[in-house]
Amino acid sequence: MDFRLTEDETALRDAVAEFATEKVAPVIGDYYERGEFPYDLVAELGRMGIFGAPFAEKYDGAGGDYFMLCLALEELAKVDSSVAITVEAAVSLGAMPVYRFGTDAQKERWLPRLCRGEALAAFGLTEPGGGSDAGATRTKAVLDGDEWVINGAKCFITNAGTDITEFVTVTAVTGTGADGRPEISSIIVPNGTPGFTVGQKYSKVGWCASDTRELFFDDCRVPAENLLGERGRGYAQFLRILDEGRIAIAALATGLAQGCVDESVRYAGEREAFGRPIGTNQAIQFMIADMEVRAHTSRLAYYDAAARMRAEQPFKRYASVAKLHASNAAVDNARAATQVFGGYGFMNETPVARMWRDTKILEIGEGTSEIQRMLIARDLGVG
Amino acid sequence: MKIVVLVKQVPDSGLERHLSSDFTVDRASASNVISELDENAIEAAMALADAGQADEVTVLTVGPDHAVETIRKALSMGPDKAVHVQDDAIAGSCAVTTSAVLAAALGTLEYDLVLCATESTDGAVGGMAQMLGARLGVAAMTGARKLTVDGQKLTVERQTEDGHETLTASTPAVVSVWDSMNTPRYPSLKGIMAAKRKPVTTLSLSDLGLAPDTVGAAGATSKVVQAEPRPPRSAGQRITDEGEGGVALAEYLASQKFV
Repeated sequence: MDFRLTEDETALRDAVAEFATEKVAPVIGDYYERGEFPYDLVAELGRMGIFGAPFAEKYDGAGGDYFMLCLALEELAKVDSSVAITVEAAVSLGAMPVYRFGTDAQKERWLPRLCRGEALAAFGLTEPGGGSDAGATRTKAVLDGDEWVINGAKCFITNAGTDITEFVTVTAVTGTGADGRPEISSIIVPNGTPGFTVGQKYSKVGWCASDTRELFFDDCRVPAENLLGERGRGYAQFLRILDEGRIAIAALATGLAQGCVDESVRYAGEREAFGRPIGTNQAIQFMIADMEVRAHTSRLAYYDAAARMRAEQPFKRYASVAKLHASNAAVDNARAATQVFGGYGFMNETPVARMWRDTKILEIGEGTSEIQRMLIARDLGVG
Repeated sequence: MKIVVLVKQVPDSGLERHLSSDFTVDRASASNVISELDENAIEAAMALADAGQADEVTVLTVGPDHAVETIRKALSMGPDKAVHVQDDAIAGSCAVTTSAVLAAALGTLEYDLVLCATESTDGAVGGMAQMLGARLGVAAMTGARKLTVDGQKLTVERQTEDGHETLTASTPAVVSVWDSMNTPRYPSLKGIMAAKRKPVTTLSLSDLGLAPDTVGAAGATSKVVQAEPRPPRSAGQRITDEGEGGVALAEYLASQKFV
């Protein structure tokens, strides 16, 4: 029983690590400052097959699995989180719903370009009036003849407004279920559909080189066949998507936590104070040792959740454990790394400053830390 | 056209490297990687394959068991198959005897073009393409920064200290490349997963009809008898500007033949 990577997994991890160090690290600070989306990096990751990592080769996927995606996310996030979240959202929120729940026609139409990284898709779940309370969806879709007519708004949607975004999968209330609760369905809305407006980019604290938008639907009409999976299954679908996504976010958070360790180790050896490197001080050594413990245990937690998912065992609790632990680790490590860097850590030019800005969202996105605790407690039968 | 690309596993030039007690490269304790410029040779071959100008790309390496890691890395970038020449008697070979092994291995393969790096990042002898050209009786065009293929005609821009020369030859030929030729692709996930399913043929010296005493340390034409660590960097020469600083700088640069 161990978590040794296979030859393929090691080779993938090394290739992405090389790409992150050689291609992402030198340029991402500028993209971040300008709030610009890194199309060239996305294209290169597309050629490497990262956007198709867990998908079948018949859709131009790489024929790998979800864990391989997670390994790639960890390596990217060691250097930068904007690119990592762009990949995470594109694969696990953009393409995965179509892959899991789509008809053959939908898969053939949309997946190949997504797998090649030539196009992006987004998942429109969160609304201005409901984040964690995803059941409180207000966006409505009414079937009028052979078209869905959609009205409502979504917010904080990643990858929804890039030049290469092709569609957003939107959750909407399509009726009332037998139990009196709202019936929620998922509908594919291509970008450019009349009545579908993509808002301006948000000004964010972190993830500044990623694309995040508000979406508006005003009598937006799409063909009835754009329904994703069965009518009324929207709630179950996004629960499954979010369960998996938590493992991916945990991998991303682990990468950030490890990036803080790597940067701190380097700096502690270089930076001198009182005539010797600051790493000779036990205060710094202990800080870095604690950071390593957090990064390593985060990795074990997401490896374990991914292993359960791969073995088709129940993994929901473990995905939440991994997400909660790794996002805590990322926040703690970024705070500690900034402390190791002193004043330089407060300057946007240092990678740890960027990491600090990128951490807070990890305790919020794809299920807040409070939601993770709730899910874990519920799974344990408490309350 | 069929292309053979030569690759070599070397100690990572970014990490600390050592010599063994017999002054050969200590490969056991090193972190071994593909020699960096070899990736440019692979990229050159794959660019021709992508353009439909090559229908088979084979990777050829001479090295110990663990050189198979480098073969996998090379195959993950897209080549179709590999040949691994592996024999304990090869250890300690000099460049000349290595070229004899490579030439014998190439003799078992079909090729129109042999691509290799201009030099490796460990020995950096920089003579393999020339030696192979001589042994195989084919043209060797070295130090290429550009390669174009038109049927059987190969055109190379050879990078020199002053600029470049244009050379042409017909196939079969050996071409060695510099990193100025291209930017190697990153292996794709599909390529990584396909690499372990690609055929790797292992050949021994007897498969190649070579006697053990003609290669390796026994057959080597050169032997390292002494090695010293690089001396620490000297303090350099300081020019103080007292109105004549520019002149002193120019004189220094002229004395070093920079201007």
